[in-house]
Amino acid sequence: MLNNFPLWPARASSIAGNVDALFIFLLIVAGVMSLLVFVAICVFATKYRHRPGVNAAKIEGSLPLEIAWTVIPLGVFMAIFVWGAVIYFQEHTPPRDAAEVYVVAKQWMWKLEHAEGQRELNELHVPVDRDVRLIMTSQDVIHSFFVPAFRIKQDVLPGRYTVIWFRATKPGTYHLFCAEYCGTLHSGMVGNIVVMNPADYEAWVNSNPGGTLSASGEKVFNELGCATCHRMNGQGSGPALQGVFGKPVLLEDGRSVEADENYLRESIVDPGAKIVNGYRPIMPTFQGLVNEEQLNALVAYVKSLSPAAPGGAETKPSEVKVAPGNNSPVGNQVQ
Amino acid sequence: MSTVKAQVTERTNYLNADYGVRSWLLTTDHKRIALLYLISITFFFFIGGFYALLIRLELLTPAGDLVQADTYNKLFTMHGMVMVFFFLIPSIPAVLGNFLIPMMIGAKDLAFPRINLLSWYLYIIGGALMCHCMLTGGADTGWTFYVPFSAITNTKFVEAGLAIFVAGFSSILTGLNFVVTVHRMRAPGMTWSRLPLFVWAHYATSIIQLLGTPVIAITILLVAAERTLHLGIFDPKLGGDPLLFQHLFWFYSHPAVYIMILPAMGVISEVIACYARKRIFGYSFVAFSSIAIAVFGFLVWAHHMFVAGISLYSALVFSMLSYAVAVPSAVKVFNWTATLYKGSIHYDAPMLYAFGFIGLFTVGGLTGLFLAALGIDVHVTDTYFVVAHFHYIMVGGAVMGYLGGMHFWWPKISGKLYPEGWAKLAALIVFVGFNLTFFPQFILGYLGMPRRYWDYSHMPEFQVLNVASTAGATILGIGYLLPMVYFLWSLRYGDPAPDNPWNAAGLEWKTASPPPTFNFDSDPVVTWEAYNYDEIDAPHIQEAPVGR
Ligand code: HEM
Ligand SMILES: [Cu+2]
Ligand SMILES: [Cu+2]
Repeated sequence: MLNNFPLWPARASSIAGNVDALFIFLLIVAGVMSLLVFVAICVFATKYRHRPGVNAAKIEGSLPLEIAWTVIPLGVFMAIFVWGAVIYFQEHTPPRDAAEVYVVAKQWMWKLEHAEGQRELNELHVPVDRDVRLIMTSQDVIHSFFVPAFRIKQDVLPGRYTVIWFRATKPGTYHLFCAEYCGTLHSGMVGNIVVMNPADYEAWVNSNPGGTLSASGEKVFNELGCATCHRMNGQGSGPALQGVFGKPVLLEDGRSVEADENYLRESIVDPGAKIVNGYRPIMPTFQGLVNEEQLNALVAYVKSLSPAAPGGAETKPSEVKVAPGNNSPVGNQVQ
Repeated sequence: MSTVKAQVTERTNYLNADYGVRSWLLTTDHKRIALLYLISITFFFFIGGFYALLIRLELLTPAGDLVQADTYNKLFTMHGMVMVFFFLIPSIPAVLGNFLIPMMIGAKDLAFPRINLLSWYLYIIGGALMCHCMLTGGADTGWTFYVPFSAITNTKFVEAGLAIFVAGFSSILTGLNFVVTVHRMRAPGMTWSRLPLFVWAHYATSIIQLLGTPVIAITILLVAAERTLHLGIFDPKLGGDPLLFQHLFWFYSHPAVYIMILPAMGVISEVIACYARKRIFGYSFVAFSSIAIAVFGFLVWAHHMFVAGISLYSALVFSMLSYAVAVPSAVKVFNWTATLYKGSIHYDAPMLYAFGFIGLFTVGGLTGLFLAALGIDVHVTDTYFVVAHFHYIMVGGAVMGYLGGMHFWWPKISGKLYPEGWAKLAALIVFVGFNLTFFPQFILGYLGMPRRYWDYSHMPEFQVLNVASTAGATILGIGYLLPMVYFLWSLRYGDPAPDNPWNAAGLEWKTASPPPTFNFDSDPVVTWEAYNYDEIDAPHIQEAPVGR
């Protein structure tokens, strides 16, 4: 029966417990506040029901009461606000060295590509207890990546990356939903997140070999002729790309921006938007020449040229299976 | 409450002053225009309700088996657009506000009677465009019409947008009319501190309509331009920003939720004061909380965008401000509750609706606290939790208030009494049906069921709660049909209403039921405070005389 009629969602990520705790606290606050109001109404409504000959008392109001029921709720609300904000920060601060998965959403499917190279459709395999960071973009309209059991959701937009992370804590198969209405088969844009024990995951990885994403990125890089300008030795008419990712870049207009994934992406499809100091705006746009998957591969490749930056190193071919910095050694994980 | 049966003779009133279609279609009498609105919004309420029924029937089973996916998407889109823009936004202001505000402040009409008629014609033109849109296939963008989807869908978005655009001007003009009327047309002695809270609430509403509605009009134009001219305002491929759309949309649509709820709050203040036979507790706090809501309501829009990709810090600011705007709403609920203390409470039908309003609005408001909490919103946004939240406020709250008000002032509007027993029964059915429909959706939302899903065969475990919701919706539907039936019945068979059947305070009760064309036989002068129920009920004091 409970299988057909669940009352609480599965709790399968490191963040889910925090969300549930605040949710339960809010249930209590809401319960107490509504009980106060409903009991007061019921008591007053029976105690002071109309009796012939008895008139209502004349009462103007009460300043102390007004102040009390303005200030006390405001105090409670601020506490909830802070608690909610803390969780939101956790949700938006991916741990360094998380494994990376590139997600491309389109009407009406999810295309996922592991940095290690495995490609999946509407399904994502992850090992338990590994931090996973999703770098997501859309090929068409806005979608939203939603995994109820992980309590995470993030809209996926065309033309930019949005990012979300999670650490699964319990093996199992969980729903993946598209939560932003995206047209005809919005409700068909669903899939599974398969959380596996490390050994099973290992086996899955081995049965799905593939070149790494950064390796395919390197191929695209050479095919498109990027290397003519972006020479490794810095002698080209474009800046050398080693060590760029994750560092501040000084722009021509004096601003300095952090070279994150969105910066790399923009530099490829809209190179005129931010010109690196000391270079001329001569790079052509590659908008329309690369599809989202190729773009992701290029970004992964450029990132791999900055081994020191988080997310840079583990896309190196030599380190396919276990992300470095994953502090719980494989085989030793508890659920 | 004992109804004062007065001797009613056939007097000239706004209904029988003139006959014929022309006399209605060219009227500038605010009361007749209110009735024109009443008929038109009821029409749209039934269209929207019909769509809702089909939506609930589709969700009875996990598979998408009743209608096609595209049809389902059009159903919830047209349901939302019709209910929001053609029923709820005009409901209380354009019907009850139109009818009552001049009378409540002792005026003969609104400040601009012809503009009032123009508002109705704009509404009708907008409504006709909406019908045209629906008959030629409808739009499938959702009522929120997010780009880029709305810019590329091949359904009738431009038609729907145009309909909302035109109806928006009707809303702006009504707001303008009310603001000027409240400033300029108050009777001698009707000071701001003597205004009924219904008028304060409508004043606040009108300000939002005036300042907010132009923004949605511009937004619609921009999307239409994007569709036809590919300007690249929102399209990232052309350098545009799809989030800009969401900011513009919610800059109007968050305040718009207050356009829908504030007037209902005004109704509830009148009803509770009357049936508790007391002045509203903390009058000035209730009045100013309406203004506070109108002002703060403009500062919280991005709480609809916490997962949309806005910056961490702007999310913080908008979350905090959302909590700030929840305070004045809470203050109102506490003051209504305190009004009951030491009252002399009657359980007439309008009061039952008011109790229902407080209960449902409280649940709706409290679940708003969940949504404003950033960490929780990430999980429940765009799920059935949000659907339940806003229906508790807009249907549980606003529609409950509208029905309560329709009952309370029906004798004044029609000159007839409705059958009290049926009215109480309907209030009960609506309350029960409503909770059965929407409470399960909170659970569904926390479980993770996304909104706007046509087919949920991937997660059949959601079926039980969906069946409960559909069952509730049928009960709710009956609850809404009942008043429609007995109001119509009362027009013919109802007892004639006395001028003041509830012994209520307020100028509108000091004239005939139905009122004469210019509302009062002689110009009123106000010498008493609002809600002077102590004086009205005091055995030795005669009712304060009207007129000089
Ligand atoms: C008590 C104060 C309130 C708070 C703190 C609050 C908070 C919120 C929040 C944060 C959301 C966004 C949820 C999301 O999309 O993830 C929301 C949605 C919504 N609220 Fe409220 N709310 C309150 C009162 C109201 C009122 C008074 C109304 C209407 C009369 C209302 C109507 C809506 C609607 C229509 C939506 C959803 C719109 C959509 O996505 O289609 N809320 N509310
Ligand atoms: Cu989607
Ligand atoms: Cu809002």
